Amino acid sequence: MSIVKPAENNANGSEMSSWAKTLILTVLGRMVGTKLIVLWESRHRSRFETNAATREATWVKALILALSLSFFALFLLMPLAAVFSEALRKGWEAYWLALKEPDALSSIKLTLMTAAIALPLNLVFGVAAAWCVAKFEFRGKQILTTLIDLPFSVSPVIAGLVFMLIFSTQQGWFGPLLRAYDLKIVFAVPGIVLATVFVTFPFIARELIPLMQAQGREEEEAAVVLGANGWQTFWRVTLPNIKWGLLYGVILCNARAMGEFGAVSVVSGHIRGMTNTMPLHVEILYNEYNFAAAFAVASLLALLALLTLAIKSWVEWKAEQTAPPEARTE
Amino acid sequence: MTKWNAIMSIEVRDIYKQFGNFIALDNVSLEFPSGQLTALLGPSGCGKTTLLRIIAGLEHADRGAVFLEGENATGAHVRERQVGFVFQHYALFRHMSVFENVAFGLRVKPRKQRPSEAEIREKVGALLELVQLDWIADRLPAQLSGGQRQRIALARALAVEPRVLLLDEPFGALDAKVRKELRRWLRRLHDELHITSIFVTHDQEEALEVADSVVLMNRGKVEQQGAPDAVYQHPETPFVYGFLGAVNYFHGRAEEGRVRVGDTLLHAEAAPDAHGLASGANVTAFVRPHELAIVSADVPDPVGVAAKITRIMGFGAAARIELVGLDAEAQHFEVEMSREQLASQNLVEGQSVRLTPSRIKVFEREANA
Repeated sequence: MSIVKPAENNANGSEMSSWAKTLILTVLGRMVGTKLIVLWESRHRSRFETNAATREATWVKALILALSLSFFALFLLMPLAAVFSEALRKGWEAYWLALKEPDALSSIKLTLMTAAIALPLNLVFGVAAAWCVAKFEFRGKQILTTLIDLPFSVSPVIAGLVFMLIFSTQQGWFGPLLRAYDLKIVFAVPGIVLATVFVTFPFIARELIPLMQAQGREEEEAAVVLGANGWQTFWRVTLPNIKWGLLYGVILCNARAMGEFGAVSVVSGHIRGMTNTMPLHVEILYNEYNFAAAFAVASLLALLALLTLAIKSWVEWKAEQTAPPEARTE
Repeated sequence: MTKWNAIMSIEVRDIYKQFGNFIALDNVSLEFPSGQLTALLGPSGCGKTTLLRIIAGLEHADRGAVFLEGENATGAHVRERQVGFVFQHYALFRHMSVFENVAFGLRVKPRKQRPSEAEIREKVGALLELVQLDWIADRLPAQLSGGQRQRIALARALAVEPRVLLLDEPFGALDAKVRKELRRWLRRLHDELHITSIFVTHDQEEALEVADSVVLMNRGKVEQQGAPDAVYQHPETPFVYGFLGAVNYFHGRAEEGRVRVGDTLLHAEAAPDAHGLASGANVTAFVRPHELAIVSADVPDPVGVAAKITRIMGFGAAARIELVGLDAEAQHFEVEMSREQLASQNLVEGQSVRLTPSRIKVFEREANA
């Protein structure tokens, strides 16, 4: 599954900048979602493969491998390499200066802060929503599950526009109220956080619902019969069972929160040094033909993406390690 | 009723429960005597598990009341009911070791009542010894066999010293051999502990073998309650008769204490329980396979239902013979006899014979049946 829709917003981008965005988002999104890494893993050599009767001809395997590897190199490795080589074209010093520049620093700070607010919120909402859907029967459950997916199905630009329509001080629903109390939501940090929360909401809930549904209610029931209260049940029984799925959801949520462009772009207002997140800052620099600086910030995003990937792989590996071994039968 | 409360550990009164349009329990009232092991027996969907869950508090009845040791527990929270519940699929905490699973109920007690770490160790150790699994305390549930998991689930339920023990299909997920062992083991354990217990099962053999008392349920209603021997020997309803073992049935009319099937009498002598029936009433006679005899058809004025032998199975302790009725209905019958008897009768497949019961149970058929 592709986690981030690449090149979702070309509204005001030149050909070059849309390419840059595609590239950044590809690095951020596609790599997270692709399972190409599996190719390198030969330790799970199945019986299907070793059995001559079911094995494919060598040339078929070679062809498929070559195809996927060249695709991997062309569409994933090359852009990644391009980001770093462009970023370092003028040397380390220029790279360092581009990152140290106040506007760049402020965009980094804003991105990290947005993620730091959006993540805990979605952690709580996601766990609560998943708990509701997986453990209880109620009217309208189907509608709730569909609504959880809404942020995945609407374009992030629309999501941004929705917040504009609601919270804009000029023509928004709450405009008069916000003006009266001199509050600013859009074109300010709260709007960016709201848009990010909206766009990243499904990650954790989506990850947990099938997991919790598969685990059923019996363990919780057993805990309650044994005298545990709600909090003890959640803390001692539910949470340990969903631990790895939750961490996985958090990682994906974080990757998207830091890389989100479309929705944030609409509500941010692009005020330099104030409401620019890293992806927005990259776009502005690029539009000003400040390629080296643009790629320097982009490379930082790419690094964050690679780090996310590494953590995600580690979580997957760890989850597999702690998964109970096959049950013995007597 | 009140005079019984003193010794009734569990009592349910007029429990009614509906799921959508489906009536799971239709005004069920039952008393479970103290210290006894009772089986709730019935086909799937008869409401037995729902009743068990209502007693535990995991399900809420639409109407009716639950009494535990004489006190009304209908509104009490599951936590406060102090019941031990063993789930069909054990529901062991998969991320906890066997030891921690058993210790769970002690660890979640309010701080004031919580035993010390040393006391917990001692108690869990004793329980694991009781279920003979003290040597696997460090394992995870996934590393245990089905039978071991079942015993750990039981130890976990006993750790909180429940007032009553409820077991939902305790042997349902086990293979035949382990089932038999665990059955005996549960019986022995109950004889040691004497904790009032109810277990749900759909296996009549299991219920009759293990329980002190059997409650038969069908379609949300109680059909009969009694000691295993009593319900087997004196079933009160056709359902109970049919559910407790293999059965042959004959539709006919009552005639002076006998049953006439078609144009022949089913048996020569009057059956004791057919006396009260008016002559001409529509009845069904139930006969167990070992209480049905095969007699020769080559006698003048024969008694019994005409049938043809379709298959003789001579293996095992008793021989089984399958027959098909010679009338238009072509009903199937099953007869069980010793192998010596089979040999002495010279029966062959395809032979026409007469069937006559040595013991029957007659029920009047309802008008619409």
